[in-house]
Amino acid sequence: MSTQVPKQTDESSENATDAETTVPSKGDARREEKRRRAAERREERQAEEAERAAAAEDTVELKVFRYDPEVEGKQEPRFDTFHVPFEKGMTVLDALMYSRDTYDSSLTFRHSCRQAICGSDAMFVNGTQHLACKTQISELSEPIRVEPLPHAEVTKDLVVDMEHFYDQMHAVEPYFQTNELPDGELDEQRQTRENREKVKMSTRCIWCAACMSSCNIAAGDNEYLGPAAINKAYRFAMDEREGEEIKQKRLEIIEQEHGVWRCQTQFSCTVVCPKDIPLTEHIQELKREAVKSNLKFW
Amino acid sequence: MYEHDVIVVGAGGAGLRAAIAAQEAGADVAMVTKLHPVRSHTGAAEGGINAALRDGDSWEDHAYDTMKGSDYLGDAPAVEALCKESPEEVITLEHWGMPFSREEDGRVSQRPFGGLSFPRTTYAGAETGHQMLHTMYEQVVKRGIQVYDEWHVMDLAVSDEEDPSERTCHGVVAYDIQSGEISGFRATGGVILATGGMGQVFDHTTNAVANTGDGVAMAYRAGVPMEDMEFIQFHPTTLPSTGVLISEGVRGEGGILYNAEGERFMFEHGYANNDGELASRDVVSRAELTEVNEGRGIEDEYVHLDMRHLGEERIIDRLENILHLAEDFEGADGLTEPMPVKPGQHYAMGGIETDEHGATCIDGLYAAGECACASVHGANRLGGNALPELIVFGKRAGYHAAGKDLGEAEIPTGKTGDYEVADYEFEVELGEVAGSDPAAADGGAVATDGDAVLSATVERQREFVETLMAREGRNHAEIRSRVQRTMTDNVNVFRAEPGLKEALVDLREAREAYQDVAVSDPSRTFNTDLIHTMETRNVLDIAEALTMGALARNEFRGAHWRQENQIRDDENWLKHTLVSWNDGEPELWYKPTILEGENKTYEPKVRSY
Ligand SMILES: Cc1cc2nc3c(=O)[nH]c(=O)nc-3n(C[C@H](O)[C@H](O)[C@H](O)COP(=O)(O)OP(=O)(O)OC[C@H]3O[C@@H](n4cnc5c(N)ncnc54)[C@H](O)[C@@H]3O)c2cc1C
Ligand code: SF4
Ligand code: FES
Repeated sequence: MSTQVPKQTDESSENATDAETTVPSKGDARREEKRRRAAERREERQAEEAERAAAAEDTVELKVFRYDPEVEGKQEPRFDTFHVPFEKGMTVLDALMYSRDTYDSSLTFRHSCRQAICGSDAMFVNGTQHLACKTQISELSEPIRVEPLPHAEVTKDLVVDMEHFYDQMHAVEPYFQTNELPDGELDEQRQTRENREKVKMSTRCIWCAACMSSCNIAAGDNEYLGPAAINKAYRFAMDEREGEEIKQKRLEIIEQEHGVWRCQTQFSCTVVCPKDIPLTEHIQELKREAVKSNLKFW
Repeated sequence: MYEHDVIVVGAGGAGLRAAIAAQEAGADVAMVTKLHPVRSHTGAAEGGINAALRDGDSWEDHAYDTMKGSDYLGDAPAVEALCKESPEEVITLEHWGMPFSREEDGRVSQRPFGGLSFPRTTYAGAETGHQMLHTMYEQVVKRGIQVYDEWHVMDLAVSDEEDPSERTCHGVVAYDIQSGEISGFRATGGVILATGGMGQVFDHTTNAVANTGDGVAMAYRAGVPMEDMEFIQFHPTTLPSTGVLISEGVRGEGGILYNAEGERFMFEHGYANNDGELASRDVVSRAELTEVNEGRGIEDEYVHLDMRHLGEERIIDRLENILHLAEDFEGADGLTEPMPVKPGQHYAMGGIETDEHGATCIDGLYAAGECACASVHGANRLGGNALPELIVFGKRAGYHAAGKDLGEAEIPTGKTGDYEVADYEFEVELGEVAGSDPAAADGGAVATDGDAVLSATVERQREFVETLMAREGRNHAEIRSRVQRTMTDNVNVFRAEPGLKEALVDLREAREAYQDVAVSDPSRTFNTDLIHTMETRNVLDIAEALTMGALARNEFRGAHWRQENQIRDDENWLKHTLVSWNDGEPELWYKPTILEGENKTYEPKVRSY
């Protein structure tokens, strides 16, 4: 099993009672009935689909992970099969949207920009972390297996809980700091082109969490900052506008127990990053910087 | 219930800037946003931010360019505020660490952009919006501003006086996407809407899936007019399968447009004998659609943008990001084949009517960013003018909502001053469906006390959700795609009376169909079926108001083209279009544009470049 589903027993019943109190129900029986019918409809649709797939030639087959903590039949994770007519240029996200809008409106995944900039739709496609919107169907072997990001708690279907990832990002003081700004209100700080080029790749992170999900170390050590957060620290530590003093502070943060020294340079993060950020290199460079600055203080 | 001084709805560029400003002014501020802040569509902007920073340039020149670009439908007090304050705002971003592209001397770079008389567009590579969004989110983290993310705002809690200008906004009602909890957010100081664009009204757009115009529709139903909604910018080169934007850069470097017969139609069919591919966005968009409509499109849908003749070296050097976009999102290799392109909805010039402080006619309700209309863009937005709008007006709205005195506004809001009710007979029934499901309608709240108004609104929204969840009915996706189809067929770059009327009929049918809409996912956990169903209601309201304006405005101004009258008609139409919900019976009216600036009056000139 590549995904961690939250402990079922108490959590799902807790959710269910929550829902009851927040939205007062006019009839549980009716809702039950509706759930039952939804299940029936789903079966009908899947039967129809199978027929359609047999009839049409150019379709792709998707096997999509399904889980919902509170809906009968979905509490046990399962895979649903969807057949989607193929069109040139079609991405995994397109295929998911088609499946949802045509066959099953409860199919759930995050997405917004459709152009690899909002970072919402990192998922596990045929066994690797991908942004669904940036992954061409034509480049995948069938059936295409779509699962939520491994090593994260599944909220529902392809949606995972991102809180832990955000906490790690926030843990590195992810904001610009400097002790000296130019006096004039309209005066900018100077930055050389070389320095801007140096931090350029690190500033492209879209917080998709693909790297974190691919990392064995992060999987074993929940407190490990992870590649994206360390890269965020790199982005500031290497920015000459911040100054030496702040750089020292930043190096201390990433040198902590669950910081850069955990990385075993396995490159999995670098391989999956949809923005081509050389994460492992950045981590290595920070290690070198940390050593250098430690020597200085001896 | 949650309570704060200021509630900001939306966390894109405008919302983030507003929250920072409100906090600076001393308010306890919180952001409520259906997407995590870094997922906002501001991140998609590539080109840049206009700011008159350098010797030889001035805010006055920027204002002149903007008024001209707006086809004189911008309001001078708003345009001048934009141009005066943009430089300071851009430098503030730099001081917050934004990684701008740099000159040899280490200063922020600027480049030329269409319609600008000076190269005043500051940028960060081809990812200006991404850098701006992340830089401001970093500041929000630094300042510890509370963010309620993945909370979908459903409605505004507004009192129900007869005259919208006497109403007060006391907060919002939101739905926690994670848990299904519905809760009130009381705002004692003010609510700032910063919900972004409404591209999902059309079926092909550069906008995100989440850009459903929620803020505009919520403010509208609460009594704030929508202003100049018919002015929609279409972009001529978007990828057919996703709407991803291929920037002007390709044509700037010499890219050529071909139809299915291999003709360079911009010249061969006489659309722009001088400028060819470099003609303005609307001209190129109309040319492409004409080719497709006359049977010379490829797969009856798109045309080809070819850059192969530029050579591999030049393409990789100047247009590398375009190669990636075409490959990742369309599966096309720009080095060996032409790229398919077609026009797509890009930007909404209109929106929630505000003054130059971001205030609406309802007390305590503000709007900033793409959802607002002050108006700085009038009939047509210049490239690079939306991002500065986010920071300048985000900040102003944040300050004002937090109680800072910004002086008297010059732009009137609501039905005050010189307004005129339109005498146009729409032949179709508009607005609320008679005898409609009470849950689907938005009546005003009865109470006037803030807490009571909020709890009544929460109750109504709970009932609405309960109804949607309990009943059997149609799926929203079918209704939404009906709206998108008719809008794209009839309210596109080509607008003619019969098509516009047809669109209103289709929209009416879609509205009636919405009466039976139901959510089939029974879950309270991350129910996107429910969220999309709520969004579709907003899409419907916006589509209708937009089409009303497009039908009434029988002239060609900026991005709005009418077949029956293909000239700019200053005598009759130098005025803003407003549509008021009017408790379910939409009303169209007009107000004059303000051409008097601080030191001069902007005299309408022909918009030629
Ligand atoms: C592809 C592209 C390129 C562009 N390039 C440029 C450029 O180069 N220069 C330029 O000046 N302009 C450009 N623009 C225009 C500009 O980027 C946008 O107008 C601007 O970013 C909109 O910002 P915003 O803050 O108003 O909205 P957004 O960034 O879209 O943010 C909207 C926010 O509202 C929230 N929200 C929406 N509805 C709800 C709800 N119901 N409840 C809670 N929260 C809600 C969302 O979660 C989101 O956080 C471009 C636009 C596009 C699409
Ligand atoms: S570093 Fe790359 S993979 Fe990791 S969160 Fe950022 S963009 Fe995603
Ligand atoms: S949908 Fe935004 S990154 Fe894929």
